[in-house]
Amino acid sequence: MMSQLPAIQFDKVSKWYGSHQVLRSICLDIKKNEKIVICGPSGSGKSTLIRCVNWLERHEAGDISVNGVGLNRNTVNLVRRDIGMVFQSFNLFPHLTIEENCTVAPVSAGIPRGEARERADRYLKRVHIEGHARKFPSELSGGQQQRAAIARALCMEPKIMLFDEPTSALDPEMVQEVLDTMIGLAEVGMTMICVTHEIGFARRVADRAVFIDGGEIVEEGAPGDLFEAPRTRRLKDFLRHISKS
Amino acid sequence: MHFDVAYFVELLFSTKFLSAVWSVVWITIISMMIGVIIGTIGGIVLTSPLPWLHPFVRGYVAVYRGIPVLVQIVFWYNGLAAITGGAINLPAIAAGILALGVNEGAYMTEIVRSGITAVDRGQREASQALDMSYWAMMRKIVLPQAIRVAIPPTGNEVINVLKNTTLLFLIAVPEIFGTAVNIYSQNFKYFEVLCVVAIWYILIAGCYALIQAAIEKKFNRGRKTLFA
Repeated sequence: MMSQLPAIQFDKVSKWYGSHQVLRSICLDIKKNEKIVICGPSGSGKSTLIRCVNWLERHEAGDISVNGVGLNRNTVNLVRRDIGMVFQSFNLFPHLTIEENCTVAPVSAGIPRGEARERADRYLKRVHIEGHARKFPSELSGGQQQRAAIARALCMEPKIMLFDEPTSALDPEMVQEVLDTMIGLAEVGMTMICVTHEIGFARRVADRAVFIDGGEIVEEGAPGDLFEAPRTRRLKDFLRHISKS
Repeated sequence: MHFDVAYFVELLFSTKFLSAVWSVVWITIISMMIGVIIGTIGGIVLTSPLPWLHPFVRGYVAVYRGIPVLVQIVFWYNGLAAITGGAINLPAIAAGILALGVNEGAYMTEIVRSGITAVDRGQREASQALDMSYWAMMRKIVLPQAIRVAIPPTGNEVINVLKNTTLLFLIAVPEIFGTAVNIYSQNFKYFEVLCVVAIWYILIAGCYALIQAAIEKKFNRGRKTLFA
């Protein structure tokens, strides 16, 4: 029974920015170890949706639960422990070295410093930047910084990883190294939600793809079906725009 | 030109001002410490999720930035004694330090607030996503970056406090300007004496500038300059 509990459950989730409704009664279940890719045009609500999962944005109607725990003001910290997030603009801490970026949160959470350093070492190796541990973020390339950000999130040993357009701010030649890192994560069984435009990555890794437009889920299904045989006009238009750029 | 160069040089290298200079330096240091402590608390409160405290801090800032420092000094020295019927009668130096310190706190509140709000929002979001507590986030992530932004304007404030110590002359605190007045009220060499005073102040301010440069270097850890 426990294994059938969805990792993340959106139940009629809505949100408004002033009078503009950015999420319209979204219903979505994400199973444990599932990899979901969310795509859609800008302004569709896709970033807002995943940012609601860890309370960076607050949903105003409906319920969100993570591993069975309802998300509200009192459970935020509990929920955030199990979720790691990678941002489009990396958000590394510029005054700390890469290693310190990775250890600051575990140490704050009570993990002994020695163990925090071991974790940092392990995950920096996993993303292949262990040689840069003593450097500052400004000394790394964009792709290396984003991989460091992934390692930093992993050091809290989350059960779920959220990616908010992780490669959108990268030069094209650095996109693949980050995608490869994410593919590696997917292969070891992490639950992942990824907002991205990278269709190739979605095809390779995602169990399900979700197309959002105007705050609602327009289509969802296996990536192959969704991208090869779009049923709605909105998805067809979107795919045409993506392939042009 | 009636400038007694010989006297000026003799006064410049004499020891007449040394104890006054020392007084000015430590009065400035203690007043700034009071101001920085008050300002840090005020700045953090104004940027914290405790909106019910904001009006108090804003009121304090408005009042103490609005009243001239000289008037505040007189309030602490004469005014406080008058209101309390002599129950609280501060010695001049204490009144002077409190006046300068509490006044400085109002300016430092704004400087600290501007430093904190200058820190990129993404830094807070990353800290929250990593489930860092508010205090851990402020101590380890936000404040170190806020301080970096706040250092140059704080330097201006240190210099302001340094020069405001001359106002303590009016409540008979032994400081540089008062010492100068004592000297020239006897020998009438106003300009020569004030030139020496000016040079002492520039010297003290210059020493502070060196200290500030060292502090800036420490807080620029990990940053590249604009024109590297």
